[in-house]
Amino acid sequence: MRFLTTLASCAVLIGCTSSSIPTNTGVYMLLDTSGTYREELQKAQQIIRYTLSRLDARDSFAVARIDTASFSEKDIVAKTTFDDRPSTVNRQKRLFAEDIGVFVEEVKSSPYTDITGGLLQAVEYLNEKNTGIKTILIFSDLKEDLKEGYVRDINFDLDGFSVIALNVTKLRSDNVDPREYLTRLDDWRSKVEKFGGQWQVINDLDGLEGLL
Amino acid sequence: MDFLLSITPWPVLSALLWIVLAVTTLFFARSSAHKAIRASAATMHQSLRFASKAISRAETRLRERNRAVLLAAGRESKERIVEREFDRVNETVRKDLANYSALHRSLSESINRIEEDHQQAVDVPPDPPGWVKAVEAVATIDSREGRVRVGAVLSDIHKSLVKAHQEAMVMYREASTKRHALLRKMRPEWRQIQQTLRNVGKNVDSLLSRSVTIDRHMQEYEDIVSGEDRAVSVLSSSSLVYFFVSMLVLCVAIGGATINFSLIARPMAEMVGGTSMIGGFRTSEIAALVIIMVEISMGLFLMESLRITRLFPVIGALPDKVRIRMVWITFTILFLLATVEAGLAYMREVLLHDELATSALLRGDVSQTLTGQYLWITTAAQMGMGFILPFALTFVAIPLETFVHSLRTVLGLFAIGALRFISLALRVLGNSFRYLGLLAEHLYDLPLFIPIWLEQRSSSDTGGSSLREVTP
Repeated sequence: MRFLTTLASCAVLIGCTSSSIPTNTGVYMLLDTSGTYREELQKAQQIIRYTLSRLDARDSFAVARIDTASFSEKDIVAKTTFDDRPSTVNRQKRLFAEDIGVFVEEVKSSPYTDITGGLLQAVEYLNEKNTGIKTILIFSDLKEDLKEGYVRDINFDLDGFSVIALNVTKLRSDNVDPREYLTRLDDWRSKVEKFGGQWQVINDLDGLEGLL
Repeated sequence: MDFLLSITPWPVLSALLWIVLAVTTLFFARSSAHKAIRASAATMHQSLRFASKAISRAETRLRERNRAVLLAAGRESKERIVEREFDRVNETVRKDLANYSALHRSLSESINRIEEDHQQAVDVPPDPPGWVKAVEAVATIDSREGRVRVGAVLSDIHKSLVKAHQEAMVMYREASTKRHALLRKMRPEWRQIQQTLRNVGKNVDSLLSRSVTIDRHMQEYEDIVSGEDRAVSVLSSSSLVYFFVSMLVLCVAIGGATINFSLIARPMAEMVGGTSMIGGFRTSEIAALVIIMVEISMGLFLMESLRITRLFPVIGALPDKVRIRMVWITFTILFLLATVEAGLAYMREVLLHDELATSALLRGDVSQTLTGQYLWITTAAQMGMGFILPFALTFVAIPLETFVHSLRTVLGLFAIGALRFISLALRVLGNSFRYLGLLAEHLYDLPLFIPIWLEQRSSSDTGGSSLREVTP
């Protein structure tokens, strides 16, 4: 059927023009390395592998850590834009997975959690790559903890971005007062939607089929 | 409605008044209404009849054209068959009977040798024994003479007789041996002659059977040329059979092309990129399709150059030297493309393993990355298919030619059937309008049965009085 469809399409190929709208996917993943959340990074590795398996040629993928000051290229652990040739894509994926493995083994805890800075960096990166689909994955408990003097009360444009919070764990204080957890989630959703983005939370990592 | 029923204080009376008024109006308009209905029905009837006739004429023209096409195709086909039969006869004559003079000479020489040997092998009668006269002489001696030497003479004669007999027997045996040797020498000559004559007989029989076949084809050819209905019928049914058979084979070929496409589309991404698009389709898929199309085209040209098909008369009409050169060129291109395909099929397998290994790694299932020891079988099979399929697709030219030729006839037959159906439908529709007009007239008269009855009664009364007036 595919063969016949392609065959039929040849008749209308004359005069056709390739679309200028990009159709590739850009994914930027933020990994929270603060405090006890560092122990959750094994799960993040699983998500990264899953994401790699879903991406194809011309797609872009970057993984960055969230630490004290995340609005920096230095925090990007691994990044790649996949080649057009399938064999090269496979090689890039393997190298990417190896880099992440090394990072997960060697990462140290960060005293502060600058999620907004990482988000800004993600927006900047994906806008630069000019991908058709822009997705930011935040692997964090969403508890932002800024160092004194850092200003993160900034407006940024999230139009066309999907922001997905993954594995938003409950803190001890959340167990005491669940309203804190709910308020935290609600604040982030409001913030993302306010700037034009789409917000989603996935805590069940066995149900990643909807991701990408 | 209430307004209509309120023209009098009694609705029933109002209704009755309206009915009387309507019936009266319809009655006075009856003649005109009938004419209008009749005219409308007749118009529709005539128009549809006219359209039906026009379509019938078109159908007749199409049938004649189809018949002409069919006969022309049949004539061409028969010409080809007869031409090939003559080629075969020519080949037989050239190969086997061209050296007839040598054959004749060989036969003559063999016969001469046999004659010579035969002459030499003639049985020579033994010479009459020399002692016969001696016996006669002894026989004439008078016994009464009492000569004592007679016994000795007879003894000598007996010795001479025995000796002569032995010599004669030796000579006779020698002569017989010589004759037998000569006859033995003649045996291979006879066998050779027998073999030669058998070959000649076989060739003559072959020629005779070919001549019978040619006679049959010529008879059919004459039938076609004279445009006999039987020939048209045979050609038509043959054409339908060829159409469906060739369509079936083409479907199989499309299946083969699809398999071929799937073999090379994926590895083509390594050459032209996996994401570039042309008109909404992947460039790699279009490139794979182009390769298959080029292969089919080369196959067509190869078949044309070999004069197996005749889709392009220009190629068939080329000088033999150019044509043979074209055969080699197309075959070389086909061979190179087949080799490329085999390479791409191998590349596909490599990519598949690479992708499986990467997926297994990403799943964290390292054991799955190991490759099986029998995977070379699938690789070899894919490479073999990649190499063979382009050559197999070459033969698509034969059913394609049959399909194209029979398509004209089959389309013509379907068009004739469609036109005939439309013509019939229009005729039925035209007649329906005619009878609907009659029905409409009668339906119009149905509510007017009272005034019509009164009218008929008054007219019969008038007719009766006039009759009475005439009768005296």
